[in-house]
Amino acid sequence: MTVILERRKPTATSPRKTVSAAAVARGKKDGGGKLYKPRTPIYPKLAHGRWRTIKWALLVLTLAIYYAIPWLRWGRPDGAPQQAVLVDFTGRRFYFFFIQLWPQEVYFITGLLVMAAMALFLVTALFGRLWCGYACPQTVWTDLYIAVERVFEGDRNARIKLDAAPWSLGKAIRKGGKHAVWLAIALATGGAWIFYFHDAPTLWNSFWVGQAPATAYVSAGVLTMTTYLLAGTMREQVCTYMCPWPRIQGAMLDGHSLQVTYRRDRGEPRGAHKKGEDWTGRGDCVDCGQCVAVCPTGIDIRDGGQIECINCGLCVDACNEIMVRLDRPRGLIAYDTDEAVLAREAGRKPTYPLLRSRTIYYSAALALVSGLMLWGLATRSPVVFEVLRDRNPTFVRLHDGAVRNGYTLKIANHSFERRTFSISLAGLSGDTLQTPGSAPTTAALTVTVEPDQVRAVRVLVKAPPEALRAQSLPVTFALSQDQRTWRAASTFLSADVGAP
Amino acid sequence: MSERETDEPTGIETTGHEWDGIKELDNPLPRWWLIVFYASIAFAVVYWVLMPSWPLLRSYSPGILGQSDRANVMRDLADLKARRAAQSTQLARASLEQIERDPAMQSYAFAVGQSIFGDNCATCHGPGGTGSKGYANLRDDVWLWGGSLEQIQQTITHGVRSGDPQARMSQMPAFGADGILAPEKIDDLTEYVVALSHRPADRTAIQRAAPVFAQNCAVCHGPGGTGRQEVGAPNLTDSDWLYGADRGSIRDQITNAHGGVMPAWGRRFDASTVKALTVYIHANAGGQ
Repeated sequence: MTVILERRKPTATSPRKTVSAAAVARGKKDGGGKLYKPRTPIYPKLAHGRWRTIKWALLVLTLAIYYAIPWLRWGRPDGAPQQAVLVDFTGRRFYFFFIQLWPQEVYFITGLLVMAAMALFLVTALFGRLWCGYACPQTVWTDLYIAVERVFEGDRNARIKLDAAPWSLGKAIRKGGKHAVWLAIALATGGAWIFYFHDAPTLWNSFWVGQAPATAYVSAGVLTMTTYLLAGTMREQVCTYMCPWPRIQGAMLDGHSLQVTYRRDRGEPRGAHKKGEDWTGRGDCVDCGQCVAVCPTGIDIRDGGQIECINCGLCVDACNEIMVRLDRPRGLIAYDTDEAVLAREAGRKPTYPLLRSRTIYYSAALALVSGLMLWGLATRSPVVFEVLRDRNPTFVRLHDGAVRNGYTLKIANHSFERRTFSISLAGLSGDTLQTPGSAPTTAALTVTVEPDQVRAVRVLVKAPPEALRAQSLPVTFALSQDQRTWRAASTFLSADVGAP
Repeated sequence: MSERETDEPTGIETTGHEWDGIKELDNPLPRWWLIVFYASIAFAVVYWVLMPSWPLLRSYSPGILGQSDRANVMRDLADLKARRAAQSTQLARASLEQIERDPAMQSYAFAVGQSIFGDNCATCHGPGGTGSKGYANLRDDVWLWGGSLEQIQQTITHGVRSGDPQARMSQMPAFGADGILAPEKIDDLTEYVVALSHRPADRTAIQRAAPVFAQNCAVCHGPGGTGRQEVGAPNLTDSDWLYGADRGSIRDQITNAHGGVMPAWGRRFDASTVKALTVYIHANAGGQ
């Protein structure tokens, strides 16, 4: 079986032979005098097998997660959003099921990103580019778009023929239908994104009648276009040219990382095979080109690991199908390691060590960050207490010689219950506290903070002259509720400290 | 005039211009540049029709979109007013004491007060409200015209010597400049005032000045010099004075009788803004 990827005249030296798009592009010496390498069209063939099945399942799962999450409800006290996952920019909160984060706690998001990076590093060191091949949105949506393409234009050969054919009504209908469905998927993708930032049912209703905020329409529009362009027209170019990860992952991989590998120890020397012919003295590769035909990035895996390879395993499925038909063992192309291939070539037994220095480091880093995150979340205080002292004026001298300093106490109540605190001050003697609307008192002040609110409390502290042992005195405000106390340190000034 | 010729290597005609042996090829303008150029012209024509652009004798061409920056500002201001309507109505209805005690009204009043103070009051009273010579300190507990909420509201609304019929009015005579008292009597009075504020002073001068003080000053400042807020006469037994407390400043004040002017802000701000400003100032001064 021979399939032509690019239509060109067969020459004497190269008979009709399957050549990868990457090889064709490499063969064009000067790229036609253009600044950029011309793109060679890729027509991935539908593969059947274990990895294709897993990819379909993951496609359905990841898309389902993406589309369904904004519609999950989660019970919260009155007034708080009932959406399980919500990035509420207007309310300045991030809701994730039972977790509610304030903007000041954005470091949890940072921690989550570090965790994701470490997990990605670890998985890459162990199993290669699993992310690229199965879970990356670019891969998932490209896969979906190719499936749609297949419905309208048929599989690989039919698509090559259709593209070569002159324009006709049938071709226009096929192409038009494909782009229409692509755009619909793109709109659904961009449209679903905005539900993460607004109450989904409300936004769904207002979106269609033009009542949604302008940002919703702009975001949906931009993401519709990017989805359509990235998954529909740019596809593998995103992975090869735009994404930094293929470059970075070179540092995560080593000879023991699993990658889609052509086992050249078994496959070479390759060549056509006639039925009934003897297999001795030759490799198992019959040069059928199926691995090239199914490749979504247009490479020939037999050239070895390449930056374009997203490790999706479709060539593994394609090759296994042929091997089964030829009654040869499966796994000529398989998830394997460079070291294993070298070992077999040298006649040694291949080993697959999971514990290597890099996997240990990545695991340790992942465990450390996860531990810090868990500890941070578990010990998170429901109340944050901070003191800002007035800078202008730094202090006020009163007619009786006493000195007054002004402070703003910020009390953030992160819980959904109303809290009543008492505020006291340590560090001075004979001082009085005063908050607007009440007389100075030597007793503690009482303030109430509503659920999920920050309250700024102005406190004026007055100290008699005899209490001013130094120009700058350290003081501590204590905020108490029941048995718990939160403290915040500040200073009490009675002269221009540091002034010449 | 130079001649056009054909450049041999490229086969393109030159413009005929030559500088030090360098000749310019007459290449056409890049297409993208021409497209942008013509698109700009088209854009300009569309802009003239849509937007205000051409000056006319008395006015300008308004453009069919009716764009007007002035109208936009007015609309934005009206929008702002509408957004604040609920809170400012609440403030206008509540008493000053209620505003200061209620957390929600208080925080709104502080926000408005701080902004208004910074834009209007800070010029004289300073950004921290601590004043300077001739401008009252609004942070301490010494008040010339009273430091209760109502008194502060009254002062802000009607001003001091502002020409407003209800303005705070006081007029200390310029004892020296108008020749009411001889310079040596003013010197004696200066010592007397220094002594009133519990500082060491010349005893004989104080004895000479006592009848002069009783005759000229006690009417407003009181026989003991403790001042009277109704007439804006400062308490002379402390030393927190608008025009300074050293001997030179005291003598200058008795001689020339400075008296500043504060505008009547009630003419510029609505009632709820004045209330917010009052609460802001009162709370930051510790209230009275």
